[in-house]
Amino acid sequence: MPRMDRERARQYWRRNIALVSKLLCVWFVASFGCGILLVDVLNQIQIGGYKLGFWFAQQGSIYVFVALTFYYAKRMAALDHEFSLDDE
Amino acid sequence: MELQTLTYLVVGASFALYIGIAFWTRATTTRDFYVAGGGVHPVLNGMATAADWMSAASFISMAGMIAFMGYGGSVFLMGWTGGFVILAMLIAPYLRKHGKFTVPEFIGDRYYSRGARAVAVMCLIICSVTYVIGQMKGVGVAFSRFLEVEYDTGLYIGMVIVFFYAVLGGMKSITYTQIAQYCVLIFAYTIPAIFISLQLTGNPVPQLGLGDTLVNSDVYLLDRLDQVVTDLGFREYTTDVRLSSLNMVAFTLSLMLGTAGLPHVIIRFFTVPRVSDARYSAGWALVFIAVLYTTAPAVAGMARLNLMDTMEPQPGQYLAIEERPQWFRNWEKTGLLGFEDKNNDGRILYTANEAENELTVVDQDIMVLANPEIARLPNWVIALVAAGGLAAALSTAAGLLLAIASAISHDMLKGMIFPAISEAQELLASRVSMAFAIAGAGYLGLNPPGFAAGTVALAFGLAASSIFPALMMGIFSQRVTREGAIAGMVSGIGVTLFYVFQHKGIMFIPGTDFLGAMRANWFFGIEPNAFGVVGALVNFAVACAVSAVTAPPPVAVQQLVENIRTPDHAPRAHDLELVIHND
Repeated sequence: MPRMDRERARQYWRRNIALVSKLLCVWFVASFGCGILLVDVLNQIQIGGYKLGFWFAQQGSIYVFVALTFYYAKRMAALDHEFSLDDE
Repeated sequence: MELQTLTYLVVGASFALYIGIAFWTRATTTRDFYVAGGGVHPVLNGMATAADWMSAASFISMAGMIAFMGYGGSVFLMGWTGGFVILAMLIAPYLRKHGKFTVPEFIGDRYYSRGARAVAVMCLIICSVTYVIGQMKGVGVAFSRFLEVEYDTGLYIGMVIVFFYAVLGGMKSITYTQIAQYCVLIFAYTIPAIFISLQLTGNPVPQLGLGDTLVNSDVYLLDRLDQVVTDLGFREYTTDVRLSSLNMVAFTLSLMLGTAGLPHVIIRFFTVPRVSDARYSAGWALVFIAVLYTTAPAVAGMARLNLMDTMEPQPGQYLAIEERPQWFRNWEKTGLLGFEDKNNDGRILYTANEAENELTVVDQDIMVLANPEIARLPNWVIALVAAGGLAAALSTAAGLLLAIASAISHDMLKGMIFPAISEAQELLASRVSMAFAIAGAGYLGLNPPGFAAGTVALAFGLAASSIFPALMMGIFSQRVTREGAIAGMVSGIGVTLFYVFQHKGIMFIPGTDFLGAMRANWFFGIEPNAFGVVGALVNFAVACAVSAVTAPPPVAVQQLVENIRTPDHAPRAHDLELVIHND
């Protein structure tokens, strides 16, 4: 790989890592945070018949996972395009 | 129509469909056989992955486990879905870019070593075989309960069906049958759930019904459930922690890392055309899985409430033996429900107190299997649940068997023993390995080793502690060496197996559990099924330490890592065919 391409590939990789790190923080907070570690605090809040912590553990975390995965795919497609790495 | 006839018709029709698809999508090249030709649409691959992923345990057992564990059962819900986030961001796109056929093949290339590839094959076989036994049992059990054939006969029928489409068509037929199986299983799961939610709360969406008020009342369903279970001495449904918060974190993380490290799921992402498709496909897989996984807690809570209301129709007034409903009598015959009138009052006292409890057998699987009968749904729904359970077990079994067969034919035979064999010979070898894998899995299903019960969760711990760290370090580090990876995999899976054996018995033989099953000896109170995450940490630590003192990987391998990190020029179907013609 020529040097310029290599440098661009490294930049692309750093941007990818930054995005993944942010999204995995959300992933951790939604599941382990809201669903397990903070469950007692959140259970003080009631939404309909659901205690909020219980809702995160059995419903909310799963919706967050779906949103995260699509958001990642979309942002990466944009990043691929920016770096002209789309695989067409 | 008679239930039995109807069940035969529905199950028979679904089997005819699977075999029809098998003939229509036969494999003609090894690329067809291993990765379905590499041109599967990401949404369709997502659907196939969902069926591949959701096993008999998800379909039949999970809601029942949650029903009796309450909040603690959330570990399965979060663990078996959250892993797809890791898979989508840390594993699948990069392995797709590498563009080979199997997971051990990637490990062999990245760690420039046949030894690493061989260790990966061993880990793959240990995880997948542990997992496939549960599926074969699921097939036998579904047949024997719904079709009233012998367990053994049911298992043989299941083996013949899988043989047809897995041996003929490999990944190509498996992909399209899994899509059909997803449709069958998701209808079978959600239709009874919708009816039960309507009956209890008047809300047709089970996910909302669980948080809604009961019909003709302003009491929330979950509040009532909490009250009736605590009245009988059970722990509160919505706050019943499984052992400890730390144990729940460890269990959830083990299931997540295992999800991202199970080869039969990863290879599904080799079938899509581009790297970006692999990312989207993981999202679609998660959507299709979430349909079932967000319905399951509603099924669990509602089924538990129905059970409590059946057992205690009026406060303090337990179910009279003479008045027990028809579904109760039906399931007694299968041995999944049983009672013993200890105090001879003609009623079945249901309580958390073991000494007084008279509902002596209540199998968790009944919460899904008997659901349509408890809700008095028409016979065709019951028949559909039978077909759904079989679809879930068969689709996962086929995916696992393909992972095992390709590890044998592609990694061991072609990759290590006879590298010179031709395309046609390898295709034949993969069909023969598949036939042997089916026979082996069938044998284990007929003679389940003592540890067959509850081993599904264990398969995840093993994958989390062996394959996942090796893949992740292979992508995210250029410094981890051949020696580091091998030492890491061996010590990770070793520590996990050792912990399980010391608390559950060597190969689960009772009496050989040298540290005892008691919780006092558990490491930080972590149960054996949740230990995969500790194994994974050991794997990471050992691999890093060994890599630090061994020679860095060759330049070509460092370039390989750089190459898989960018999505351009991923090998495509036609590229590979060109290579084959040039040979």
